[in-house]
Amino acid sequence: MAAVTADQTTQKTLGTANAAGGAGSTGAAGAMDPADADHLAAFDAAVAADERIEPRDWMPDAYRATLIRQMAQHAHSEIIGMQPEANWITRAPSLRRKAILMAKVQDEAGHGLYLYSAAETLGTSREELLDKLHAGRQRYSSIFNYPTLTWADVGAIGWLVDGAAITNQVPLCRCSYGPYARAMVRICKEESFHQRQGYELLLALSQGTEAQHAMAQDAVNRWWWPSLMMFGPPDDASSHSEQSMAWKIKRHSNDELRRRFVDICVPQAEALGLELPDPDIRWNEELGSHDFGAIDWSEFQEVLKGNGPCNEQRITQRRRAHEEGAWVRDAAAAYAAKHAPAQTSPRTPAPAPASASASASAQTSASAQHVEETA
Amino acid sequence: MSAALALGDDALVLSHRLGEWAGHAPVLEEEVALANIALDLLGQARVLLSLVGDEDELAYLREERAFRNLQLVEQPNGDFAHTIARQLYFSVYQHLLYERLAAGDGEFAGLAAKAVKEVAYHRDHAEQWVLRLGDGTEESHGRMQSGLDALWRFTGEMFQPVEGLDSPESGVDWQALESSWLAVVTDVVERATLTLPAGPRSGGWAAGAGRQGLHTEPFGRMLAEMQHLHRSHPGASW
Repeated sequence: MAAVTADQTTQKTLGTANAAGGAGSTGAAGAMDPADADHLAAFDAAVAADERIEPRDWMPDAYRATLIRQMAQHAHSEIIGMQPEANWITRAPSLRRKAILMAKVQDEAGHGLYLYSAAETLGTSREELLDKLHAGRQRYSSIFNYPTLTWADVGAIGWLVDGAAITNQVPLCRCSYGPYARAMVRICKEESFHQRQGYELLLALSQGTEAQHAMAQDAVNRWWWPSLMMFGPPDDASSHSEQSMAWKIKRHSNDELRRRFVDICVPQAEALGLELPDPDIRWNEELGSHDFGAIDWSEFQEVLKGNGPCNEQRITQRRRAHEEGAWVRDAAAAYAAKHAPAQTSPRTPAPAPASASASASAQTSASAQHVEETA
Repeated sequence: MSAALALGDDALVLSHRLGEWAGHAPVLEEEVALANIALDLLGQARVLLSLVGDEDELAYLREERAFRNLQLVEQPNGDFAHTIARQLYFSVYQHLLYERLAAGDGEFAGLAAKAVKEVAYHRDHAEQWVLRLGDGTEESHGRMQSGLDALWRFTGEMFQPVEGLDSPESGVDWQALESSWLAVVTDVVERATLTLPAGPRSGGWAAGAGRQGLHTEPFGRMLAEMQHLHRSHPGASW
């Protein structure tokens, strides 16, 4: 599931370190080299004309840093987001549901790979980004710090969490940075599929036995508010938003997207026969949209600070998988170095050991194709 | 015992074990690859079990003694090398078996012809990792050898003829299958600078009775986890 969220916009609000490591202020900062001034003018013109910025194009340092931070957070969210769902793979109650869930978790790993690759076009590396995640210097979406307590949570995540992610991400398909926008086109297609599957899972429960219906309602009760928080803090507290919108990284404000999401969910909840846990939801004739109750922002801030129900567990599992896999990655690198094609010149330094996955990369593309064939 | 049940249980149980890796793999590409293999196997299991009866009843409502899978596939994942050793032994076996079934005109010919493409990929994945771990670092070499050694005694069971696939029409000559398997595994192990494990491959006091419904201890625990939710809601649909 994907969950780029607007969480990152709170980093400044909360006074946490800028994860991308020293973004400047804005592209339009003070005394500037004349050549840079020309570049900036060209960049601004390209953004204004809705042209795509590509990896070799000049871009303001702060634009680069913001994108690295956002794309890294997005990639990390895919990877951490595998955990709450993978928690139910071995207990899925039918073979059909088990296959769907495995395919979904596999897609999430694939989305993480696309997004790390897209981020690498900005001059960082997957290894560096993962190190920052493991060190707690880069975030992932706050939503994944909630536990999956019943099977119905898998459905609620599909419907609400993926639904919120899609609402956030569809506009990113038009993001000014080309590699990110293109990754999002592919990811959004798969996400929409996951979201429908989650909805269908909940529908089966809602229309099933009394116990199944109760399980579905309980899951929606627990996931509704955290899903609304995925859109990030209210507009008046979201300080990155303005710049991101000016750069056309973001296209809509947090509150605008949140309201859009509520409007989508209200009729879907009715169709599901489930209630949204908010007595204050009502139609606002004037706005042509739903009003809804107040979000508990103190809970959101606690989760962001690391005090959510699963923060510790999620990051510990991720670090452990990485640490326990180190010998495997070392083995792949050592093998690749031993079996590298012969050097043309003895003076040429040995090629950098192929990353752990020199072979695995080839397998991934084979496997991605394989999935498409069997899908 | 039906052959579809035996082959279906192999795929179901190994798929489950590989599913346990989700979120724990050593590198992201392996999250994708292991899940992909697990999905292929689950797909095969569903087709095979459906030939016997209702796939969910068979998966979720049978007890340990009624499962017919090989003991090899129920073995816990262990470390990555252990998982890869299990994959090597099983995927080479499954590939050779399905090639023969696909070439025959028995009831599994069509199914095997489709699955053999998937299984060829699983086999390649396992072989490539055995080479990398065996011929990687000192540590990976040691771990790969341990994985191969530990699972060796479960490999003989694979070549006890499966009922229903023991006639010439099935296209499977079980002795020839075993020789081919041994030749392939020996070649991979040697290329990986490893040693073919010593010791018996079957006939020990425990190894080799999965097809008769006699399993190893970890299997009951695996089924408890797998079946718990389904069994908690009798008659529900999902």
